Amino acid sequence: MSEYPTALQIAEGVRSGDLKAVDVVEQHLTTIADTDGEIHAFNHVMADEARERAAAVDATVAAGGDPGPMAGVPVALKDNMCTRGVPTTCSSKILAGWLPPYDATVVQRLTAAGAVFVGKTNLDEFAMGSSTENSAFGPTRNPLDTERVPGGSSGGSAAAVAAGFAPVSLGSDTGGSIRQPAALCGVVGVKPTYGRVSRLGLIAFGSSLDQIGPFTHTVADAALTLETICGHDPGDSTSIPEPAPEFSAVLDRGVDGLRIGRITDLPEGADPDVVARTDEAFAALESAGATIVDVEVPAFTYGLTAYYLIAPAEASSNLARFDGVRYGLRVDGADVEEMMRNTRTAGFGDEVKRRILLGTYALSAGYYDAYYGKALKIRRLMAEDFAAAYQQCDVLLTPSSPSVAFPFGSKTDDPFAMYLCDTYTIPANLTGDPAMSVPFGDGADDLPVGVQIIAPSLGESVMLQVAAELERSAP
Amino acid sequence: MSDRLTPDVVAKVARLARLDLTPDELDRATDQLSDMLDHFADIDKLDLRDVEPLNSPYPLVNVLRDDVEQPTLDRDEVLAAAPKSEDGRFWVPPILGGDS
Repeated sequence: MSEYPTALQIAEGVRSGDLKAVDVVEQHLTTIADTDGEIHAFNHVMADEARERAAAVDATVAAGGDPGPMAGVPVALKDNMCTRGVPTTCSSKILAGWLPPYDATVVQRLTAAGAVFVGKTNLDEFAMGSSTENSAFGPTRNPLDTERVPGGSSGGSAAAVAAGFAPVSLGSDTGGSIRQPAALCGVVGVKPTYGRVSRLGLIAFGSSLDQIGPFTHTVADAALTLETICGHDPGDSTSIPEPAPEFSAVLDRGVDGLRIGRITDLPEGADPDVVARTDEAFAALESAGATIVDVEVPAFTYGLTAYYLIAPAEASSNLARFDGVRYGLRVDGADVEEMMRNTRTAGFGDEVKRRILLGTYALSAGYYDAYYGKALKIRRLMAEDFAAAYQQCDVLLTPSSPSVAFPFGSKTDDPFAMYLCDTYTIPANLTGDPAMSVPFGDGADDLPVGVQIIAPSLGESVMLQVAAELERSAP
Repeated sequence: MSDRLTPDVVAKVARLARLDLTPDELDRATDQLSDMLDHFADIDKLDLRDVEPLNSPYPLVNVLRDDVEQPTLDRDEVLAAAPKSEDGRFWVPPILGGDS
């Protein structure tokens, strides 16, 4: 558990008048000013906006009103979520200086709940990476060991919570970009069911995979944030109509009688320390009354291949919009096509170009059936295999990441080595199921290990219920 | 080394994606993409003939809203974010070659 105040404590204090939101925000801005020079969690700190907003929250309380369930809670936003009039870069040169003309739905919802945004966090460019080393503005450092990566792509958001810059941050998760950095930074990270949280205003990477979710120190804070950001949005055609349940209500229920699935044909590759902590997590749940059930998910092994064809294919299509016409960078040319080529060649970094090429290839005439078409079929197998597993268990438990936080540069020469970081997290993006990482003890070099809970579609409640038990029993 | 990709194919893909690659970048991209396709060959052994593709994880049907006016983005604010605009429009270089 952490030395920092939780979102629940802050909100309760501010709503009751015991705490001033302006003081809370000032403390966090001071911590940011003192240490973010080294960590580089933020691309942009919203100091003026945060102070103004906190004063408004305090004024509401003073006038006898209720600013909402996240009153005065400092929140950091991954810099791929649109904030009106505030720079939103995706950590790419191609969007440097762009000011969005609207707020993402999550930004509107958090504002309505009384939250206070403190800044926009660093990421792998366009959320493509597992270490935040692909940012055009330089890497983020892991607050627990500044010689190591924070994970990615939401590395800045994970680091912001781990470093005490904000008790809550939002990330986006296309193949593990919330859960893997949460594991590497020792915090809680949740990817909700696809469609639970509106993607309106999230700059798209893989539209059928992307999902926004929170980083927090505690499971209870994650539940609070989910209650705020989940729910139907007519502005996102893939938004699920069902209202979100009260997630906080289930956290004290324990796991007595629950069935926890252990995947016997899980792909190998996790380090021994990670395997050991995961085994201990199974044991802890068993001693708390759960039953451990062995299940098979044969398609799990093919998730990486399916994902690295589907996600780049969707990205190559989504990133076609960055052409120098409507926003961001333009590098002139003699005609419009030359201008577009010049702009994209200068504006995108190596990993983004690599994935655009891979995706364009996988979709191109003559190769579509061999690659993209096959990947979509594996996606079907994945969904069927998970559905069969859920016949036997309530949730699945796996490692979140194959290793603890790794040193800078250790995977940058081999793109595929970096892709392997996503081995355990990818399947839940392909199926759309909710999944989260919760810290469970330390591994090599005293660095945190995260375990992943995967639940059936719309099963966030049981997932959080299990996470709360792991939080109580963590070593 | 894979024979799945040649530099010619990668160069064609780069043109489709509106990206310029230097000769060095083209060679490196060909090597890296070939290496990835080698890894991805693990799916070649699967018999997928009778499997239906799954495009999206959640069963969704198209939704229509009532045709009522709603506020849209502010035009001046949108155009202010563009690299170049003129007379309320985005400005781009000539689309068909020749004199502008």
